[in-house]
Amino acid sequence: MTIIEDSVPVPAPRKGGADDGPLLEVRDLHVEFHTREGVAKAVNGVNYSVSAGETLAVLGESGSGKSVTAQAIMGILDMPPARIPQGEILFRGQDMLKMSGEERRKIRGQKIAMIFQDALSSLNPVLSVGYQLGEMFRVHQGLSKKEAKAKAIELMDRVKIPAAAARVNDYPHQFSGGMRQRIMIAMALALEPDLIIADEPTTALDVTVQAQVMDLLADLQREYNMGLILITHDLGVVADVADKIAVMYAGRIVERAPVHELYKRPAHPYTRGLLDSIPRLDQKGQELYAIKGLPPNLLRIPTGCAFNPRCPKAQDICRTDVPALLPVSEQDGTELVGRGSACHFWKETIHG
Amino acid sequence: MGRYVARRLLQMIPVFIGTTLLIFLMVYALPGDPVRGLFGDKGGSPAVIASLRHQYGLDQPILVQYYHYMKDMILHFDFGTQIASGRPVTDVLSEAFPVTLRLASLSFAIEVVLGIALGIWAGMRAGRFADNAILLVSLLLISVPVFVLGFILKVVFAFQLNWLPPNVNDSTNYNELLMPAFVLATASLAYVTRLTRTSVAENLRADYIRTAIAKGLPRRRVVGVHLMRNSLIPVITYLGTDIGALMGGAVVTEGLFNIQGIGGTIYQSIVRREGTTLVGLVTILVLVYLLASLLVDLLYAVLDPRIRYA
Amino acid sequence: MPDVTKTDVQTAVATDGGATTPVAAPAAKPEKSRSLWGDAWNDLRHSWIFGVSAVLILLLLTITFFPGLFTDTDPIKGDLAKHFLQKPKLGHVFSADWLGYDQQGRSVYARTIYGTRASVAVGFGTTLAVTVVGGLMGMIAGYFGGIVDSILSRLTDVFFGIPFLLATMVVLTSFPDRTTWVVIGALAAFGWTQIARVMRGAVITTKQADYVHAAKALGASTPRIMFRHILPNTLAPVIVVSTISLGVYISAEATLSFLGLGLNGVSWGNDISDGGNQIRVAQWIMLYPSIMLSITVLAFIMLGEAVRNALDPKLR
Repeated sequence: MTIIEDSVPVPAPRKGGADDGPLLEVRDLHVEFHTREGVAKAVNGVNYSVSAGETLAVLGESGSGKSVTAQAIMGILDMPPARIPQGEILFRGQDMLKMSGEERRKIRGQKIAMIFQDALSSLNPVLSVGYQLGEMFRVHQGLSKKEAKAKAIELMDRVKIPAAAARVNDYPHQFSGGMRQRIMIAMALALEPDLIIADEPTTALDVTVQAQVMDLLADLQREYNMGLILITHDLGVVADVADKIAVMYAGRIVERAPVHELYKRPAHPYTRGLLDSIPRLDQKGQELYAIKGLPPNLLRIPTGCAFNPRCPKAQDICRTDVPALLPVSEQDGTELVGRGSACHFWKETIHG
Repeated sequence: MGRYVARRLLQMIPVFIGTTLLIFLMVYALPGDPVRGLFGDKGGSPAVIASLRHQYGLDQPILVQYYHYMKDMILHFDFGTQIASGRPVTDVLSEAFPVTLRLASLSFAIEVVLGIALGIWAGMRAGRFADNAILLVSLLLISVPVFVLGFILKVVFAFQLNWLPPNVNDSTNYNELLMPAFVLATASLAYVTRLTRTSVAENLRADYIRTAIAKGLPRRRVVGVHLMRNSLIPVITYLGTDIGALMGGAVVTEGLFNIQGIGGTIYQSIVRREGTTLVGLVTILVLVYLLASLLVDLLYAVLDPRIRYA
Repeated sequence: MPDVTKTDVQTAVATDGGATTPVAAPAAKPEKSRSLWGDAWNDLRHSWIFGVSAVLILLLLTITFFPGLFTDTDPIKGDLAKHFLQKPKLGHVFSADWLGYDQQGRSVYARTIYGTRASVAVGFGTTLAVTVVGGLMGMIAGYFGGIVDSILSRLTDVFFGIPFLLATMVVLTSFPDRTTWVVIGALAAFGWTQIARVMRGAVITTKQADYVHAAKALGASTPRIMFRHILPNTLAPVIVVSTISLGVYISAEATLSFLGLGLNGVSWGNDISDGGNQIRVAQWIMLYPSIMLSITVLAFIMLGEAVRNALDPKLR
């Protein structure tokens, strides 16, 4: 379905990135919010990395810190109330947290772009989509208004918006939800960035449209060989698109794994709970499993493993010791590449 | 668009009739008599009074008077005669109107420039010291009644410092108009500041501002284009309706600084119970108000593409 | 049935699918249940604006009801021979000659204290009248809609179209004997429009809520729906407008008095107007009632501001 018009040149696959390490690496990132009620620890030591052409899915409930991590990478957190007490965010080996505001601004949009969940509120309601798309070229590449508009139409064509030339002067509210999300994608894609962060890009859409938008995003990613961080709470979306998954809970990564291994053999009770709560046709008539309890209050994260109050396997040690994210191995001791679990009882969980 | 304007104009007709009738009824149905007022406490002879009353049509039923008045006004642009001076009300109007217009324009300029600038400043620093300080000042400006402020400024700038003249002798001299214009502007100025501040602070947290930052736009573009384009919509609509309010609100200010504008004339005609003059002046103000609010609605739709003419 | 699948996963995973804004992300609030009013009260208690205005208003109410606590001087009888335009003795705090005397030899301090009652009475009286009348008009227009709404809305436009101060001035010139009730009546006659508009808007929004449809479907009577189901949800904006208008009406009353069309009797506006004539020789006659007046209006406008901040979640 990737029909590309002749006039649109297919960009050559990028080099770099893969040879000199990952595109983006987050190291021990902490983010806290200073609120009236106290300090909310939204992100508590997150590590992950993405290489060019790779898709990392970050999975978690709202409040798990997945969006906050993404916003920290983009540099669009409101500080204050947010604060980054420690951690590094390396983009092509350079720590972005140490860069000047102007250096970071030049990375935003050009090197790293973001797709937001709700395209209606994320697009400026009083500016035409053509203006908002063209703005990328005008600001970052110094194109004229006219050139920018031509580029905007080209972009809208590329994300398969019908009659792009006729609709370029329309406003966001005049588009359907799916089309609006395509415009968001086009905007992120405009300057062919190295990395795209998509924060729940399909949550606000109808299920049928969700699939189309996801396919489009995946196609474009392959075409441009971009790194993609896909933030979602929907396990269904992840399976087809992602290469690897990081599951977050209370601001930490509790499990990481290549996508299919995670589905086959989860190594953390939380992941297992998530998987068990997907309705399946072969279990028709049975009661659907649900993780009991509520996500933790970030002002008062439980001691030990944050998941312990909701965990069916919790022992005393879970209430006192914070489990580290440790490599996961087979029963015979061979390490499972790219897997890790932050559970004291990962062995029982994966092999039990 | 054309249909919408037509419908709005049609809607204005009953409001226009209702407003003029209401002011007419208030002036003529309530006790008090302009002819008697003419003679003051001495009182004229009953015969003279009766003939004057007949001459001005005051002996007819109110609705008949209203009908004649409106007919003359609409067909012949004749607003009647000012009883005290015997001059046509249109003459009085054409003399007073430019004065008030100058005063109101100067006020309007002060209100727009200062109000929006302070509002943006406070809104961008919501919750911080500058914001609180501007909030306090604007609350103070709203709280101090116009006539108190006028007196204070007069005492300080005219009598103590001798910087500005206490009264306006030449209404074309903007130097003399400066103090009254500021006094007239204060309340609206404070509202514009508050409105801009709220709007800026609210839009600053909007998702599309986050998008604009994520696009890597420079800060002045995020603020100047994305934030302002949205934040100023409610401010501009408020400013539109305020034009009418400024002209009507000039009663106190004009009295305070001895300016012979619409406000001063209205005050005189209220005290003297000059029905015809009063109704004529208020009719003009109502027309200004109605047209301004229509203009604001149209402007709103131009500024915000989400608004459809329904 | 893809739709069901999606919803079920969402509920099971217990997400709300949203909360991407940084402030909302750690929105794990304390467990105790919160209502709009509970939240608002919590907000109010922490607001310095509310604290200052509450103290001022309590003081003003005390002065209104017990002026004798503050002075035992008669505000009406003056001694021309002894005190004609006597200068203030700022050291004599709370005594009759503290703030000086006016051109009729009356104590400015006593008059300022006794003038409080007129302003506060007009402020509260007008606000009450306006809220009831405007609220009712807005409720009827918003609830019934159609032709009723059209007529009431045009009527509101008519009363709104005439400049407020001018209209009240015209009414008041007809009354030589301007008691508190007359002034309240004149102010309320043209002041109700704003509340009516706010109320109408709020009712129209609330009317479309599902629980109102549910109440209707269950056969609740019209008055019951109006007052039990709709009214509580329209109160917030009405209360905000009412609180602010308290200050506005006090200011309006003083302005009318200043123009010679206000209350008969002791009132700040009258004194400021009188003092204006002596402005070059005896500023104190005007100054102290002006200060009291401004503080009073400020107190109520600050209260309105605090209430607005507390009740309007958008402004947080």
